[in-house]
Amino acid sequence: MKKKLNAYLLAGLIITGLLLLMTLIGAFHTPYDPNAMDSLAKFQHPGGSHIFGTDNFGRDIFSRVLKGSGTTLAIALATVAIGAVFGTLIGALTGYFGGIVDDTLMRLNDALTAFPSILLALLVISLVGPGKYNVVLALGLVFIPSFARVTRTAFAGLRDVNYITSARLMGASNLRILAVHMLPNTMRVLLPAITIGFNNAVLAEASMSFLGIGVTPPDASLGYMLSEAQSMFARAPWYALCTGGVIAALVFGAGLIGEGLQKMDREVA
Amino acid sequence: MKYALKRILTLLVTMLLVSFLTYAAFEVISGDPAEAILGTEATPERLAALRHEMGLDRPFLTRYIGWLTGFFSGNLGISYRYHQPVWELIGPKLEITLCMCLVSFIIIAVISVPLAIWSYRFVGGPFDWIRTAFNQLCMAVPPFFTGILISWLFGIVLRLFVPGDFPDLHTDFGAALGHLFFAAICLCIPRTAMTVRMMRSTVIGEMQKAYVRTAISRGNDRRAVLNRHVLKNSLTSAVTFLGQTMAELIGGSVVVEQVFGIPGLGRLLVASISTRDYPVVQTVVVILAFWVVLAGTVADLVNQRIDPRLRLGGDA
Repeated sequence: MKKKLNAYLLAGLIITGLLLLMTLIGAFHTPYDPNAMDSLAKFQHPGGSHIFGTDNFGRDIFSRVLKGSGTTLAIALATVAIGAVFGTLIGALTGYFGGIVDDTLMRLNDALTAFPSILLALLVISLVGPGKYNVVLALGLVFIPSFARVTRTAFAGLRDVNYITSARLMGASNLRILAVHMLPNTMRVLLPAITIGFNNAVLAEASMSFLGIGVTPPDASLGYMLSEAQSMFARAPWYALCTGGVIAALVFGAGLIGEGLQKMDREVA
Repeated sequence: MKYALKRILTLLVTMLLVSFLTYAAFEVISGDPAEAILGTEATPERLAALRHEMGLDRPFLTRYIGWLTGFFSGNLGISYRYHQPVWELIGPKLEITLCMCLVSFIIIAVISVPLAIWSYRFVGGPFDWIRTAFNQLCMAVPPFFTGILISWLFGIVLRLFVPGDFPDLHTDFGAALGHLFFAAICLCIPRTAMTVRMMRSTVIGEMQKAYVRTAISRGNDRRAVLNRHVLKNSLTSAVTFLGQTMAELIGGSVVVEQVFGIPGLGRLLVASISTRDYPVVQTVVVILAFWVVLAGTVADLVNQRIDPRLRLGGDA
């Protein structure tokens, strides 16, 4: 049962890895100050000293994109972490123990997952107000049900498997069974769910910031930058193209990883 | 018929529950509406008078029932920001958003099934990876980005419509529909890709079943089996997915309306959230929630019509 890397997974890892590396470097060093204005260098075309060009204030777009993707990535990762941890916790408990709590929680879950995540997030934002941390909170909360649903099915499926029964007979505690015996076996559904969740988080954060109710200035995220870029598309189309391109590349990379993971899973099975 | 009645009853109960929860949530966070209208410098007497006028001194449940009857009779109070009855404000915007969602829903429903069947031909072939990559790419490009590109190409360069200048839906239906069409395209791209992907994997799963093997071993043409039997059996999951699509479209419309400057429900929602115009937010949220629940119910009812197993009360 050898796990072979397939082309999708490899391509996805390369794209995502490069973007992550760039963002990581961008967190410590950008070629220009992302907010420094240069009135002599307005609307510079890409190439030369500014590889992505400059905007209406003469700010270096490449530096801004690096900074913006840092914010977007941080929010997406934090969101997925909240969703995955709490979702798995709920999924594990309801899937393993079952009963009336399971039934009620899953009814609620079905109702929540039927709603578009962006609408739920907007609802939370309307309650708590915009801002970086509130976006994380809103999206994190919104993603918990989908993770809970996916993991619940996996945990419930493992409940009566032979090796779990024998572990129980040998006197293993519920906690040990859940964490040591079951959790590793839910990875095959959890990992693709994480990549999908990451994509949804990137898109949702970008949409909310694009609408002006997500990340607020001075924090810049890719979505907010894209809304800036739309107003000057006629004069500086490269601004929108670079920003939108990076969002698309982030989601594309993670999507390929997800595709690759599922393919690997099918081939192993 | 019994099933349909039961399903509609569930729908009504869910709607009631959703509206109650929304009302309660906004009751908790919105603070004092009288203060929001009069400002912080109003005298206590005026505040008390307005509260009495708005019925805020009545108990919570009475107010909820009053609000609910207002929802159906068209009396939902006055917007804080626009100083206009909420229902009058929302009505025309709801029409626009519904039109846009319907246009994109029709596009998705019409093109994704043939696309899914067509893409099935690539399964296991040497070009399957191109299809997968393209599929992923379509899902990766956010609608507001395609929106910027499309409104630039068709709006500014080709001048097929004027971005930001939305024609009146009633006086100039054709032009308005044309405007909505471009917005609908942006909504469609990722969703079509998802539908195709979903349908394709259902078809692949269905083609491995025993009845397909039997049909083919009896000398039936592979494509005829696909079109006559497999497609029918894959239809129920497609219908469920399309129901979810209807719900997702209304979420996506929020962003796309902003890009194209379409004065729809989503734009109103965003504007009202930023200005804390709670009577409007509350109503829009309830309408959207009804929409989502309704889409799911319609999908279930359609499935029940087309799947005899469900029609006879069994499990699919």
